[in-house]
Amino acid sequence: MDAIKSWLGRSGLASVAILAVLLLVVFPLAMDSFRLNLVGKYLTYGFVAIGLVMLWGYGGVLSLGQGVFFGLGGYAMAMFLKLEASDPVSTKIQSTPGIPDFMDWNQLTALPWWWEPFNSFAFTLFAVVAVPVLLAFIVSYAMFKRRVGGVYFAIITQAVALILTVLIIGQQGYTGGVNGITDLKTLMGWDIRTDEAKTLLYFLTAALLLGAILLCRWIQLSKLGTLLLAMRDKEDRVRFSGYDVSMFKVFAFCLAAALSAIGGAMFTLQVGFMSPSFVGIVPSIEMVIFAAVGGRMSLVGAVYGALLVNFGKTYFSETFPDLWLFLMAGLFIGVVMAFPNGLAGLYESHVKPWLARRKQAPAPAGTGGEPPAPTTEPAHKPATVATATTAASATSPSLGTKISSQSV
Amino acid sequence: MSNTDFVLAVEDLTVSFDGFKAIDNLNLYVDRGELRVIIGPNGAGKTTLLDLICGKTKASAGSIKFKNQEMTRLPEHMIVRAGIGRKFQTPSIYENLTVFKNLEVSYPRGRGVFGALCFKCDDAVQAKVDEVAGMIGLADCLDLEAGLLSHGQKQWLEIGMLLMQDPELLMLDEPIAGMSARERELTADLLNRICQNRSVIVIEHDMDFVARIAHKVTVMHQGKILAEGSMDKIRSDPRVIDVYLGH
Ligand SMILES: Nc1ncnc2c1ncn2[C@@H]1O[C@H](COP(=O)(O)OP(=O)(O)O)[C@@H](O)[C@H]1O
Ligand SMILES: [Mg+2]
Repeated sequence: MDAIKSWLGRSGLASVAILAVLLLVVFPLAMDSFRLNLVGKYLTYGFVAIGLVMLWGYGGVLSLGQGVFFGLGGYAMAMFLKLEASDPVSTKIQSTPGIPDFMDWNQLTALPWWWEPFNSFAFTLFAVVAVPVLLAFIVSYAMFKRRVGGVYFAIITQAVALILTVLIIGQQGYTGGVNGITDLKTLMGWDIRTDEAKTLLYFLTAALLLGAILLCRWIQLSKLGTLLLAMRDKEDRVRFSGYDVSMFKVFAFCLAAALSAIGGAMFTLQVGFMSPSFVGIVPSIEMVIFAAVGGRMSLVGAVYGALLVNFGKTYFSETFPDLWLFLMAGLFIGVVMAFPNGLAGLYESHVKPWLARRKQAPAPAGTGGEPPAPTTEPAHKPATVATATTAASATSPSLGTKISSQSV
Repeated sequence: MSNTDFVLAVEDLTVSFDGFKAIDNLNLYVDRGELRVIIGPNGAGKTTLLDLICGKTKASAGSIKFKNQEMTRLPEHMIVRAGIGRKFQTPSIYENLTVFKNLEVSYPRGRGVFGALCFKCDDAVQAKVDEVAGMIGLADCLDLEAGLLSHGQKQWLEIGMLLMQDPELLMLDEPIAGMSARERELTADLLNRICQNRSVIVIEHDMDFVARIAHKVTVMHQGKILAEGSMDKIRSDPRVIDVYLGH
């Protein structure tokens, strides 16, 4: 038990375990199917947010175009579902039965060749990840090999988001245009619109997200994770230690793209459509805000950020639709200026030392303060751990960055 | 030019920034196992010369041969992998990582994306870190965050990060700037030890320090070589006294 606990502490997996309990037990027990589906939708943004933690927090590369990859993943899934929904029988009133309705409206008389492979579910699953990653590779390789970085790279990603939106909207007959791909019904015969299906898809999303967090944590703890941090700090030192810095950035960008795309595919499945409004510049910037609010160095924090901001968005955009955009902008500027490490940073700098102080006190700490890990061991063991933590955070304020960089 | 026994042969090297020749038709030869010190007034082009050798700046003309292999067209990381290590003028270490991590991440294995993902800190790595940490006097600070080290220790750590890679040519840009007298002595000893089985180029201003370490001294002035030879010869060269030592 002690061994498990110390391992959890070292690799920072305790907070993942708490998130898992919250997502897999607490939420499903506390919410009806409608709200759970809503959370499931927010969680798909969690994929984008943890991708940004790896890319922006760890890699130091800001992308303002993650909607592109979210959208491509979502569209790939939507294409499969749309083809399944467009069988000749249910589309017999069209002039060309058997093709998606929007194609028929746009006078297409046959399925475009590049839609054909999306009849296969296996191909679709492959394409959900492969297409975004391929695009991410091409864009980032071209940019990073030329040493384009920082603000310039962020602007390029915005341009890609804009181009893709214009392309999707302009090519109505092939993409469904501004309405997107709608009226999705079944996944290999399984009706995804029922409550049971939505609950199941929620669990699938949550499980995939937790898996993705573990994968990212593993990468963070590997030498590659160390190199990303090192590059962010002293890029030239890494380069002149024999590393091809650009390839590590390309990897981080492709990883973030793949994660966003998986989120997009799960979004389509749960919401039942995909449209260009999730691809463009504004949604891409919103996605960065999720990571910034949650904490760009913290995988778990980014998920909380995605949940909180989206709850806020749903609530405020219903109550004060005109104010929401200003609120969002204010939130972003406020967080970046005042709490560069977001909620997770606040937790590390304020809540954790406070908890440690409480645990250190000789009297039993009680359960009022929601300690992050339940303590069933004899009191002296956790106390030593706590002393070490306080000592570490007391030695130097500059440790703050390091501590937060080690958290999940 | 044909092959030579020199570890480094720089020939007719020129680089100009908007017409200003920071390095002007320069020739420089460094022997195996030699510790060469480059001195010269500020703006002479010393740092630029190291930038050119390690690929940070691209040459306008000329050739840089390391073990008879042309370096001028290689990307930076390939020059490092060929065996040239370079320390920057200001200490360049990963402040947020521990001393151990700083050294470990400099170990020359797992340099590709997937190699880095699968990299394991095995006994060989551990032993190398311990060996290098001992050499640079940081064996007791391995778990300390590098940003908390003193200025001198940071300079040593960066040298240690280069030693992790066992470069055949090590280039150090003003390694003792900002060090105390005691730290300078320790650094001189360290440099004398590490040039046992490699060539070292050091840029330095402090003439007492130069006298302690140099096998041979090169004086640079306005992107050219003004004089070259033993410490005594340089000290008595009237041109050197005129442009540099006279002040
Ligand atoms: N990237 C650059 N662009 C323009 N001028 C440069 C650049 N790098 C160096 N210089 C100029 O080249 C000259 C040599 O600089 P440097 O090599 O740093 O001198 P030293 O290290 O000998 O003091 C200086 O006049 C400097 O201003
Ligand atoms: Mg200089």
